[in-house]
Amino acid sequence: MQKYLTCALTWVDARFPLTSNWKAHLSEYYAPKNFNFWYYFGSLAMLVLVLQIVTGVLLTMHYKPDAALAFASVEYIMRDVPWGWLVRYMHSTGASMFFVVVYLHMFRGLLYGSYRNPRELIWLFGVAIFLCLMGEAFFGYLLPWGQMSFWGAQVIINLFTSIPFIGPDVSLWLRGDFMVSDATLNRFFAFHVIALPLVLLGLVAAHIIALHEVGSNNPDGIEIKKNKDPVTHIPLDGIPFHPYYTVKDIMGVAMFLIVFSAVLFFAPEMGGYFLEANNFIPADALKTPPHIAPVWYFTPYYSILRAVPPLFSSQFPGVVAMGLSVVAFAFLPWIDRSPVKSIRYRGVQYKSWLAVFVVSFLILGYLGTVPTTVWGTFDKALPLVGGVDRANVFARIFTLLYFLFFALMPWYSKIDKTKPVPERVTG
Amino acid sequence: MNKLILILSLILPLGALANEGMELDHAPINGANQASLQRGAKTFINYCLNCHSAAYMRYNRLHDIGLTDEEIKANLIFTGAKVGDTMTVAMNKKDAKSWFGATPPDLSVISRARGADWLYTYLRGFYRDETRPTGWNNVAFDKVGMPHVLWQLQGEQHLKITEEVDAHGNKTESHALVLVKPGKLSPGEYDLMVADLVNYLVYMGEPARAQRMQLGLIVLLFLSLFFVVARALKKEFWKDIH
Ligand code: HEC
Ligand code: HEM
Repeated sequence: MQKYLTCALTWVDARFPLTSNWKAHLSEYYAPKNFNFWYYFGSLAMLVLVLQIVTGVLLTMHYKPDAALAFASVEYIMRDVPWGWLVRYMHSTGASMFFVVVYLHMFRGLLYGSYRNPRELIWLFGVAIFLCLMGEAFFGYLLPWGQMSFWGAQVIINLFTSIPFIGPDVSLWLRGDFMVSDATLNRFFAFHVIALPLVLLGLVAAHIIALHEVGSNNPDGIEIKKNKDPVTHIPLDGIPFHPYYTVKDIMGVAMFLIVFSAVLFFAPEMGGYFLEANNFIPADALKTPPHIAPVWYFTPYYSILRAVPPLFSSQFPGVVAMGLSVVAFAFLPWIDRSPVKSIRYRGVQYKSWLAVFVVSFLILGYLGTVPTTVWGTFDKALPLVGGVDRANVFARIFTLLYFLFFALMPWYSKIDKTKPVPERVTG
Repeated sequence: MNKLILILSLILPLGALANEGMELDHAPINGANQASLQRGAKTFINYCLNCHSAAYMRYNRLHDIGLTDEEIKANLIFTGAKVGDTMTVAMNKKDAKSWFGATPPDLSVISRARGADWLYTYLRGFYRDETRPTGWNNVAFDKVGMPHVLWQLQGEQHLKITEEVDAHGNKTESHALVLVKPGKLSPGEYDLMVADLVNYLVYMGEPARAQRMQLGLIVLLFLSLFFVVARALKKEFWKDIH
């Protein structure tokens, strides 16, 4: 048996770099031995990506991208297709969990300075992945053709109209019609099931290739390649990815699937955050819902959009701010001028700003889910803010703080009092 | 601090349905009570299916709640539909619109859009209002187009508005429904009947719900075991990495 396998492998290796790839990316790819909790989310993101593709393909077999049939076809999947409800919930829960995982994955980058030299390209591919993922989620959300699908898409596409000169044409081109309609549904379906998944897969491949070129960072933010065994040239603090991190990641997968299943089987709507109540009402172009809110993972950006005041009654500044709030991540490798990478050795300034950023992000996220009237209005007698919605003022403050985290980084990261960095990784 | 905010923002409900701020009555329902679901199904088909459809729900799906094909055919199908058909309705949408000012929406997933408590409040919240074309209005749905189809059972309610003026001269209105003409059922019996109906509507919104939870327990059990094994495996492999 062994003989035949070896024989087959030799045959393949003569024609395809199987063994060499296995070695380069797994059994002889050396990763730092001190990965912690935050390092599970990369492999988990890959798991969710695969899950979304597999469940997505299954859904496509029964879903009908037609404005007259879409809503009913989703209910058909939920009721009449064997295990359809399971597949559909896996996909809808998967979409939200994808963002949970990717947000935590990105936060790890902020914690340990993973975006710094030599990993700028990994990070840039990451930002591109994030943008692509947002597009993927936006297009996918229209497909069930509920009220929120319809009006969410309507609101977002209308934003493009505010871009000077080309805006109206861009939004018309996106919609394929003057209203969100069957034409829109059809093209969103095309984007969601094939165009963006292809781009996403390509970007993820580039992300991993770039990562394996330079090697992983670690919670200490030091380069393990600086300390190699003089004979074998293996990093002293490195261990082969396989089997060490394969078994560890399997444990992470088990942990993640427990959380995932708890949501999927016991709270698939997640209190209206993963599946919104209004989306169980079929799309109706004549009935605007009283309160239109995007799904939770877009709400920080939606808050920023609403917070920025219009200029000459155009929403364009808000749209620009919203775009910038995502693109800002791409600048991190160059605006962070700290001598150290990891939060472990940073000073109080970076730590405080990071805390401010996280709090701003979460509060903006919450505010994006509710109408701007939630906290009432300021007393009429107050200067400046008198009579204004309280939530709106807070959204402005936190939007400002969100951007200051990036805008001031070149300075506070530089003057921050850092701690000495160890030579070798710590536990 | 960050964690606290995260948790808070997850717990705070999205709210934002019609008639915001209205206190909803808690619907006393139990999806495991098959007798209640069967009674609800019967009420639904007798009283609601004339105007509303439930076009994603098949009659024979009622197997879930313990009914056989024969029982379904004998007691629940009045339209000549087959047991494998969905619960459609003969009423023409245009006619309905001209009669009620609104088309009766499909009720298959209404429980998922509105929630059980809203439905429970709505179906008990009709009151006499002569300014409305149907003669009925509703506390949970102002100016509703639907007439009170269960009025013979519930009787007639009136909305009593009392104005209170506090020490600062601020007026507050309080609303209360009072039964002025009793129906065939006592208020307690009527509430029970509506609870059964809402129980059924919730079931119909997601027929796979019971199966989902059952499977969920098995999956979680399996994953917990898997986790224990995966952790032991990891420990074994990692025992000489320091
Ligand atoms: C005589 C026809 C008729 C019957 C019978 C009827 N309804 Fe209605 N129903 C309507 C109409 C018309 C509307 C639309 C009201 C509107 O939009 O103003 C409506 C609306 C509703 C709504 C609100 C839907 C929403 O969220 O917009 C619910 C819930 C409802 N009906 C439940 C029921 C139930 C349960 C029954 C059986 C007890 C029932 N209806 C029987 C005509 C009817
Ligand atoms: C589809 C989504 C994504 C997938 C599948 C993915 C996958 C991975 C994997 C498998 C790793 C190695 C394991 C790890 O370090 O956790 C990794 C590392 C990394 N990812 Fe991602 N990623 C995704 C999105 C992103 C995004 C959105 C960003 C940032 C904007 C990002 C930034 C990084 C960085 C900087 C590293 C190197 C981390 C380090 O060495 O410390 N990734 N990614």
